[in-house]
Amino acid sequence: MRKHSVKSAAIVGATLLVVAACGTNKEEGGTAGGSCDTSKGTLTVGVVAPLSGNLSALGLGIKQSAELAADEANKKCTVKGYKLAVSAQDDEANPAKGAQAATKLATDPNVVGVVGTLNSSVAQTVQPILRDKKIPQVSPANTNPSLTRGNDFLTAPKRQFDNYFRVCATDDLQGPYAANYLVEKAGKKKIAIVTDGKTYGAGLAAELSKQVAKKGGQIVGQETVGEKDTDFSGVIAKIKALAPEAVYYGGEYPAAGPLSKQMKDAGLNVPLMGGDGIFDPKFIELGGKEGDLATSVGAPTESLATAKAFVDAYKAKFGKEDYAAYGAFSYDAANAIIGALAKTVDGAAWDESKRDAMLTNVGAYSAAGATGEVKFDQYGDSTNKVLTVYSVTSEKWKDVQTGEFTG
Amino acid sequence: MSVLLQQLVNGIMQGSLIALIALGYTMVYGIIQLINFAHGEVFMVASYGGLATFTLLPDDLKKSPAVALPLMFVGGIAVAVLVAVIMERFAYRPLRNAPRLAPLITALGVSVFLQEAVRVWYPNATSNLPYPKVFPEGNLSLGAVNVPWTGVLLIVLSVGLSILLQTYINRSRMGRAMRATAQDPDTAKLMGVNPDRVIVLTFVFGAVLAGVAGVMFGGFLSNINIDMGFQNGIFAFTAAVLGGVGSIRGAVIGAFIIGLIKTLAGQYMPGGTQYDYVWIFVVLILVLVFRPQGLFGEPERVRA
Repeated sequence: MRKHSVKSAAIVGATLLVVAACGTNKEEGGTAGGSCDTSKGTLTVGVVAPLSGNLSALGLGIKQSAELAADEANKKCTVKGYKLAVSAQDDEANPAKGAQAATKLATDPNVVGVVGTLNSSVAQTVQPILRDKKIPQVSPANTNPSLTRGNDFLTAPKRQFDNYFRVCATDDLQGPYAANYLVEKAGKKKIAIVTDGKTYGAGLAAELSKQVAKKGGQIVGQETVGEKDTDFSGVIAKIKALAPEAVYYGGEYPAAGPLSKQMKDAGLNVPLMGGDGIFDPKFIELGGKEGDLATSVGAPTESLATAKAFVDAYKAKFGKEDYAAYGAFSYDAANAIIGALAKTVDGAAWDESKRDAMLTNVGAYSAAGATGEVKFDQYGDSTNKVLTVYSVTSEKWKDVQTGEFTG
Repeated sequence: MSVLLQQLVNGIMQGSLIALIALGYTMVYGIIQLINFAHGEVFMVASYGGLATFTLLPDDLKKSPAVALPLMFVGGIAVAVLVAVIMERFAYRPLRNAPRLAPLITALGVSVFLQEAVRVWYPNATSNLPYPKVFPEGNLSLGAVNVPWTGVLLIVLSVGLSILLQTYINRSRMGRAMRATAQDPDTAKLMGVNPDRVIVLTFVFGAVLAGVAGVMFGGFLSNINIDMGFQNGIFAFTAAVLGGVGSIRGAVIGAFIIGLIKTLAGQYMPGGTQYDYVWIFVVLILVLVFRPQGLFGEPERVRA
């Protein structure tokens, strides 16, 4: 029996090792600034984004772009007397993990603001935690309108959190913008909807279907799939029978890519369209096919004149252009926090009594950023309402139409 | 009508995949009365093994599917067999005479270990990984019904391998030894059967089938993730129980029943595809209430 207990001890030991490896915390700061006066210490810009899991490509772009903004501020001595660092926390795209990440940041008196989150569903749990500490949160990617204007955002908009801002446009514009493109430009009148049932996907699809009806199109069917599903043949057979001319997917690329591939395999050769959640190179890797469409917030980073400096600096710092869909937004969000901080501190010392002034200054922030004008309206939404439709062409996303939603 | 036919075909495709995994559960149970909960992870590991084989191929071989695809099967099966043999030798054999609960809990532990090992050590395994596009593309069009070529391959492999396995167990010398060990290990030993060899071989057969399933799963759905073993393992386990655990024929038929329930319930029952899993387990419970030994199982015997 002795031999056996050694073996089981080895198995237990190996398992413990694995568990320990999973629990490793990721914490990285910005690199040191040049010759600025940093005698008063270090202030932290928090980042809450998915750094592991299916959406980590997007999260990494958000984190690194925020680090770039902090780095540049350190070099330019933007915040007098302080060095800036970035503390990135992993939310795993999970609201409960997001709450833990936010709590960790909120207990640090040196955290001046938070860039994040990626997911609207995670933002819902992060918002109240940061509000209680009056820490400004600027999201590069949350597109659910209720986060700023409440559940009755169309009829009775009401500011929800005075610490919450975002630099991107919202689903109540993105869905209808996609509907206009599908019905008017692409001539697809019969549209089937598939969603993953989450806050983001369901919201997007609801706004789309209203506008499709308004423009004379028809929603022929609506199906919901599980977030972790991998076999969509059942759903595809159902919607194929309804003979749609296009399928709109409300959700993100880990499910959308395989869905598009399986649609083609099953002989349903119509374009799949989605929102910014599927606008990622991984969508194509996972099975997105030629002619698939996506809307995304802002104008394409590569072709935007204002973003050129950002793209060059990002490439110089990280060697790759993996800023992903929200890099430029994240850079602008971090700069809004840093700009407001510079104004708030202005040579004096930072302490928690300055948090009220900090919130006011973020709200009043206005500057030309990488994605265009960065400015917030009375709800905390961006005044920049530019959206773009992309299409998969030769295995790459290519922009086909950029503009503002006009109704 | 065409929808019904299409969903029937979808059900058969899903059933084929589940059958390949379910055979591993049922064979191991038949011989040593162990529900090997880690078998789903053997299937998952095989899928990653196939992917790794492709990644390691030189670039010019990657472009020729006729070479790359068979090599991926070989790589996937080799990894699955290796994992299964190590698992049997170091996790289950030491516990063979322990109370039945001990190997069961060990199986759960091995399952978690394999899943976490792939997550930690396989590059980028934390997110869905795309599977190489070396599988035949497009579909076979039979009027209104479309069957993807990967689905055709899956059905052919699954049915072919099940028949082969059944024949081997019924006809060959080794198959007779397996049946003898399943019936009464002690008497089989007295007749000159080496139970260790029989048991290892059972694990190897299960792993080969799971290896084929793992690589086909990647080609069929175009991407893989570390949760795939758990989810499909549960379905396969259910199929084995439904058909009568220990019975080869039962596992295959149980798998097809589950595939068909899933797709037909997704089409016709309230709640649609979101609740299709529910109906699988409703049927399982009903079968177990009225026929606890499963459709083709033998009533539980008390062993000496």
